[in-house]
This record gives sequence, structure tokens and C-alpha cells, in this order.
Amino acid sequence: MKNETPRYSAFSLARRGLSGKPWPPAWRAHELRPSYDVVIIGGGVHGLATAHYLAANHDITNVAVLDKGYIGGGGSGRNTAILRSNYLTPEGIAFYDRSLTLYRHLAADLNFNVMFSQRGHMTLAHNDSSLRTMRWRAEVNKLCGVDSDVIDPNEIAKLVPRMDVSSEARYPILGALWHPPGGIIRHDAVVWGYARGADRRGVHIHQNTEVVGVDAIDDRVTGVRTSRGPVSASVVVNCTAGWSSLVSDMAGVEMPVQTFPLQAAVTEPVQPFLDPVVVSGTLHVYVSQTDRGELVFGASVDPFPSYSTGGSLEFIEGLAGHVLQLMPSLHRLRLLRQWAGLCDMTPDYSPIMGLTPVDGFYVDVGWGTYGFKAGPVSGEQMAACIATGRTPELIAPFSLSRFADGHLVGEKGAAAVGH
Amino acid sequence: MITLPCPWCGPRNVTEFAYGGETVARPDAATVTPAEWRAYLYVRANPAGPVTETWLHRAGCRRYLVVERDTTSNEVLAVRRAGRAAKTPTGQHP
Ligand SMILES: Cc1cc2nc3c(=O)[nH]c(=O)nc-3n(C[C@H](O)[C@H](O)[C@H](O)COP(=O)(O)OP(=O)(O)OC[C@H]3O[C@@H](n4cnc5c(N)ncnc54)[C@H](O)[C@@H]3O)c2cc1C
Ligand SMILES: [Zn+2]
Repeated sequence: MKNETPRYSAFSLARRGLSGKPWPPAWRAHELRPSYDVVIIGGGVHGLATAHYLAANHDITNVAVLDKGYIGGGGSGRNTAILRSNYLTPEGIAFYDRSLTLYRHLAADLNFNVMFSQRGHMTLAHNDSSLRTMRWRAEVNKLCGVDSDVIDPNEIAKLVPRMDVSSEARYPILGALWHPPGGIIRHDAVVWGYARGADRRGVHIHQNTEVVGVDAIDDRVTGVRTSRGPVSASVVVNCTAGWSSLVSDMAGVEMPVQTFPLQAAVTEPVQPFLDPVVVSGTLHVYVSQTDRGELVFGASVDPFPSYSTGGSLEFIEGLAGHVLQLMPSLHRLRLLRQWAGLCDMTPDYSPIMGLTPVDGFYVDVGWGTYGFKAGPVSGEQMAACIATGRTPELIAPFSLSRFADGHLVGEKGAAAVGH
Repeated sequence: MITLPCPWCGPRNVTEFAYGGETVARPDAATVTPAEWRAYLYVRANPAGPVTETWLHRAGCRRYLVVERDTTSNEVLAVRRAGRAAKTPTGQHP
């Protein structure tokens, strides 16, 4: 049964507005079937994008997305929505750049306004060693066809007039990596757009449905047990980010993943004054201004693993101090709120994607603090991987087996603070 | 978790401590297989619930402690001095 979703357009908006007819829901609730071809665990951007592309690109529509809470209730609804592709390794750059390409067309593809704003992404260097890493990144980026360059303090001051680029600063700014195609997006809209795209093609989205067990016979997956009963499936995909090692444990698959909270905070709205996204690795902080005028602040993960999403005073104290070193004129701005999400950190700051030793059990995890930007490409590639049973070239470097082979994809230099 | 009870110094703010990781035994380098070594390097239990881990009271007495903590609430369940008292059942020091 396909959903007769009306196209969203100025015309349909006017017509609905005048007729007063309510909009049909963008995705629907269903009875849980006893069996699906593919069960995806986790209704964040990764699970929903995988479901969407399975249906849209491969015509596989007997698919369920199960979430223990509500869709977008994990990292996908808590992140700071920074998109960029100026990573450090050629594997990482090719992968994230494909995602940026998909993001650029996403609003049209999904018929859903995702508000992608390519306002530029700036990573500051406060010492020689970070400037050296920026040069290295810029050169690798250029060779991979990504728009990326090192700029000097004068150019920084032109792009961000409020920034303290003087040599009197506690940590003077020596230069920056400048990446014009980077920017921010409306993260909830991306989640809802993929949910609507999957739903209208026949995918079942089940919220409040927790997976409590994964069944396998002779290392071949047969289904899952949920809080609403068992579901059989020959393909089960783990897209549960911060909870992913718990789900892989259910299938008996060991993963080098540790769960760390990541906090963020937002201020009261003010007049627009900050265009690009600004990141400082040395000060462990980044800043962007939303379309509503709020400043969004983020930092590195909490110093120890946890499944608790409580915020800490230490975090905002440190954050505020560091922000003021960058932009002293913000000292009277008030914070509105802070929050945390769970991040599935891997030893090399790169994801774990594709097949596992258990036949039919796939993983799309290890998204750490940087996985929102990878939603579209991961969905596209995981869908291809499931449809063909083979690992696509773009995600081959991120296989679980790399930890045994020693082929790690070290992205720490490009992903520890600037997500 | 706001405070960690250091066995030597008493309750202190967690920011005084450095997290040392889940307490795992180092395999014997002479007999270990590559798979076991990989697990020792990278694989952790990462439970949602009680976990035993090593911490260092970095900005205090600078001694190591073993903490049992519930990762869902950050509640500290038990603390002891690292070292002799922290022997694992196999007899190896963590
Ligand atoms: C504060 C913060 C800032 C961030 N900033 C950025 C950024 O600027 N740019 C960027 O690219 N990334 C960023 N990230 C990272 C990004 O948010 C995540 O990597 C990404 O959202 C992961 O998406 P996902 O779909 O894999 O997982 P999630 O969105 O976390 O979804 C996982 C889902 O699985 C469900 N689930 C878990 N266990 C079960 C179970 N047993 N049964 C059923 N369902 C289950 C959960 O309820 C959850 O909805 C940030 C993260 C945080 C916390
Ligand atoms: Zn002490």
C-alpha cells in the first residue's frame, strides 16, 4: 500500500490553506508484521536514509525501521548540524564529499525543505603544528577535488569581523583552513524528509519498538525480538549509533566502540552577525549562528564514557570561557539551554560499515561526533550493500575487519573537535 | 557524576580525575594471538550498567583508583585503591 502523499509546493500550500483540509501525516503508524525482508534497528538519519534508498534505488520495500523511542530522538535530533567534506584521509574525503553532493540535491529529491545553508566552514590554527595539519589537509582536499584552502588572519577578519585576530589574544590565531562548501542544515527536517520518503514507498516505521534480542542460527541472522513481539527477517541492520555495541552484542558481534556523551548549548537569538561555522581545535570549541539568530556552541566529547545524557556545569563553564577568547564581544549573551547526545566512538574516528561475521547482520555505526553529515551517503551505500550482498568501493575502507588487519583510517586530526 | 570518592582524599569533583579506561588484563606477549591482541587494544565491554574502570586522581593525590560505576546513571557503586587490592581473579594486575 503506497501512501498518497501530496507534493509539498507553494501551490499545494495555498490550496490546503484555502480549503482548510488537514494535511495527511508525513509517515504513518502500522501493525508490526511477523516478518519483513529487511529490519533496520534505529530511526535516526542513518536508519531512515538506508530504508529510503533501499526502496527508492533498489525497489526493496518490505522493510521495517524500528526505534525504541521516536525517530530523530538520538544523535540525529541533537547534533549541531555541521556538514563538510574537508577530512584528512583520501578515503574519508571521497566518502564525505559524496554525502555533500547528495545533501545539495536533497530538498528537491525528497520534496522536503531541509534548509541546507552552504555558508562556509573555518577551522582556526593557533599554533604551528595545527597550521601544518591544515596545510596537509588543504593539499589532500585539493587533490581530491574538494574546495579547501589555508587563509591568513586578515582574510579571517574579513569573513568574521567579531573575531579577535590580534596577537594579544591568549592563543593568537595564525591562520585557518577555509572550506566554502561546508555549512549547516535543519537536522530534524532531514530525518522527517527521509521518513516521509521511505513511508510513501511502503516502508513501515515503528516507533516505541525496542529490539531486545537478535536471533541467529549457525551464524546466519533469522530475526529480532522486540518489545512488541518477534519479527523474522533475513537481513538485520544495526543503525543505533550510541547504543550500537549493545545491539551488536545481541548478535554476538564484537565491536571496538565506546559510548561517550557529547554536549552542546545554544544562546538567546541576536541579530545576524556570524556567517561561517567557526571551529577551534586548540580551544575545543565551535560556533555557528542559526537562521533564527541563536548561537550554537559545541565542543569535544565528555572525558569518560556514559549512557547518561545529563549536562554538566563543567562543560558550559569551559565552553563559555573559550568562546569569549575567540569573540570577546559576546560576553553579555545568555545561554538558553544545553543538552547531550550519545556518540559511538571508534579508535580511528572513522565509521564501521557493511558486513559482519554473522551472515545477514549488517552494521552502519561508529558515527561518533561526525555522523550526521554522512547520513545520505551511508544510506545510499548501505542500501547498495544490502541489495547486492557486496561491499561498495566507497565504504570498503570502513569494514569491521580493518581492526584485525591493522588498516585503520585515522581521522582524529580532522574530526576530534570539528564534527 | 559530580564527585568521585577518592580512597585517599575523600569525595572530590570528577574534573580532578583522569579517566583511565575499563580495567582489562594485559595478555602475555609471549603467547598472545593477534586476535586476542586486537581485542586487548580496541574492544571494550561498553556496557549500559555497572562497569569496573581505572581512574587517576590527577589533580589530587596522583594515585590510581578502581571505580565501579553505573554508566546509565553515573552512580558510583564501589571504589578501591588500585594495585594489590585490585587484583583480578586471574591474578594479573590491571
Ligand atoms: C551534541 C552533538 C553534536 C553533533 N554535531 C554533529 C555535527 O555538527 N555534524 C555531524 O555530522 N555530526 C554531529 N554529531 C553526530 C551525529 O549526531 C551522529 O553521528 C548521527 O546523528 C548518528 O545518526 P544515527 O542515525 O546513526 O543514530 P541516532 O540518530 O543516534 O539514532 C539511533 C536510534 O537508535 C535507537 N535505538 C537504540 N537502541 C535501540 C534498540 N535496542 N531498539 C530500537 N531502537 C534503538 C535510538 O532510539 C535512536 O533513535 C553530533 C552529535 C551530538 C550528540
Ligand atoms: Zn586522591
